[in-house]
Amino acid sequence: MLPYAMDTDLSSQDRKDLDKFIKFFALKTVQVIVQARLGEKICTRSSSSPTGSDWFNLAIKDIPEVTHEAKKALAGQLPAVGRSMCVEISLKTSEGDSMELEIWCLEMNEKCDKEIKVSYTVYNRLSLLLKSLLAITRVTPAYRLSRKQGHEYVILYRIYFGEVQLSGLGEGFQTVRVGTVGTPVGTITLSCAYRINLAFMSTRQFERTPPIMGIIIDHFVDRPYPSSSPMHPCNYRAGEDNGAVYPSVEDSQEVCTTSFSTSPPSQLLGPGKEGGVPPVPSQPAHGTQADQERMCTPLDGVHYSAATPSSSEDTETVSNSSEGKSGSPHDLLETIFIRKVGAFVNKPINQVNPPDSPETESPLQGSLHSEGSSGSSTGNTHDDFVMIDFKPAFSKDDILPMDLGTFYREFQNPPQLSSLSIDIGAQSMAEDLDSLPEKLAVHEKNVKEFDAFVETLQ
Amino acid sequence: MVGPGWTRRRAPPGAAPTMNCRAEVLEVSVEGRQVEEAMLAVLHTVLLHRSTGKFHYKKEGTYSIGTVGTQDVDCDFIDFAYVRVSSEELDRALRKAVGEFKDALRSSGSDGMGQISLEFYQKKKSRWPFSDECIPWELWTIKVNVVNLANEQERQICREKVGEKLCEKIINIVEVMNRHEYLPKMPTQSEVDNVFDTSLKDVQPYLYKISYQITDSLGTSVTTTMRRLIKDTLAL
Repeated sequence: MLPYAMDTDLSSQDRKDLDKFIKFFALKTVQVIVQARLGEKICTRSSSSPTGSDWFNLAIKDIPEVTHEAKKALAGQLPAVGRSMCVEISLKTSEGDSMELEIWCLEMNEKCDKEIKVSYTVYNRLSLLLKSLLAITRVTPAYRLSRKQGHEYVILYRIYFGEVQLSGLGEGFQTVRVGTVGTPVGTITLSCAYRINLAFMSTRQFERTPPIMGIIIDHFVDRPYPSSSPMHPCNYRAGEDNGAVYPSVEDSQEVCTTSFSTSPPSQLLGPGKEGGVPPVPSQPAHGTQADQERMCTPLDGVHYSAATPSSSEDTETVSNSSEGKSGSPHDLLETIFIRKVGAFVNKPINQVNPPDSPETESPLQGSLHSEGSSGSSTGNTHDDFVMIDFKPAFSKDDILPMDLGTFYREFQNPPQLSSLSIDIGAQSMAEDLDSLPEKLAVHEKNVKEFDAFVETLQ
Repeated sequence: MVGPGWTRRRAPPGAAPTMNCRAEVLEVSVEGRQVEEAMLAVLHTVLLHRSTGKFHYKKEGTYSIGTVGTQDVDCDFIDFAYVRVSSEELDRALRKAVGEFKDALRSSGSDGMGQISLEFYQKKKSRWPFSDECIPWELWTIKVNVVNLANEQERQICREKVGEKLCEKIINIVEVMNRHEYLPKMPTQSEVDNVFDTSLKDVQPYLYKISYQITDSLGTSVTTTMRRLIKDTLAL
């Protein structure tokens, strides 16, 4: 048990806890948003005994690729004033036209609440905010679109960090606020800006007809290319990989840190006291220092590195997981990637083999290998879109998980039965009718046999 | 009187703001077959925010909290989907209450109007022979107006419209939840049953009760039925 500081300044323990909470809150926020746009129903189980690895006491699965993308975008920083974490959801038709649907923003403003208890109140409010996010992600128009994605269009996501860019949403977009949580260092705000002129369009309209082209071109042309944005490199950082700047050690420890949250605090209560006392932490001491160092490093660091598959710059890949993942399984997974439909990412850099994450979802593992995975660090325009697999019900997580999904899609629109078409149907029916008397005669002859058979059944 | 020897009396810590039960009212117009799903959507969304994992108290007054799972629910009669807590017990309890409400609405006549209320309360133990007090701290009321539609086209429009309306309701609910207004203080082990419903095996909602009222076409309130969904309904 650590004593509180006597004044209202944040104790170092509280500060560390708060940073951790905000970081994992940001990661979980991304997971909730992306999972809500996968096009399938999400279901997680409640567990009465704490597993120690569920942040904010909510069962939210961690799709490793999504965590990787989020961490890459954050690059070790936390949302702060002027530095928001944004998840952009967009739609891409089978013809290649795309349109931004929503931008989810996790922002921080300067309004501080010095009195609030970090380990207790802030934590619980962040948990409440995640629940609100779960609810709100189902009520924006993009949810229904994402549930129907497949043939005509797919839903993509992109994570960026910095200033919010809403211009791609077209005119008259609406905003919904998910919630806010005050902390001693600022107020966290979570909101969503979404395009509304889709609200009245049904998905039927996403077919190969001129009106669609009209709508999409209207927005497509105006969409600012990331590279031309003057403010900041968002999706791909203008060539360099900022991962080089930050020590990989600290991150790799936190990869396994769904287990950090064995200190989702067991809350300490005395009788009659309100609130709680910060839990005994179990963090590496140098972790915080690395945090501090990162805060001081300028975003466009001078370090350039070409991230190649063999380099260890990919901070997410714990070394023991990249061994043995070469050769044919890799190729097999690449093949699977091409067939996939769903939100997808072109990953320009090295492959990401998720490390010892507790739930290895192999369809999603495969989904991360892009066509151009030969290690160019500059990548292409659609760098940060991640392919999320379409997982049909009852499909198992094996090497070829897509068979059922592919089969399903291929046979989703089967041709009409020939016997149902009018002229052929009429013909065969006429033939059937003609042959009926003969069939009846035959059956009448065999009446005794049928009766005997029926006797045996009774 | 203020002066030497006198001190201002302060409310004891942990006291609920007794006169300030927060009340929210939502209104929906739905077709008869949509009543159940619409009510469940709203009630589940509220309870999602008002449920925690199971508390496990350890020595020295510490406790740890279980994990709440969630799942998506698609509505059959409304173009709408919502998230609920993954707890079959809780779902059953809500379905039972909503089912009763729906039946009562139906049997009241064709112009069904009614309201269903979800109240969160705290128990305050009294000494024998007095029964425990139930102090509400949050009350959600959903007013329902059942409409009758003439044809399939109207029904289809209704599916979409009610879906949009429910989206607005969810946003309203989340707005209220975000105000971070009064919540009961986290209880000690001996007090936990005064604040939370600990009867479920996988999640722990705040103590709640559901009740409903049916209004007949004359506008008068015909029946008020209290449905207690907590264990200790028998006082004295």
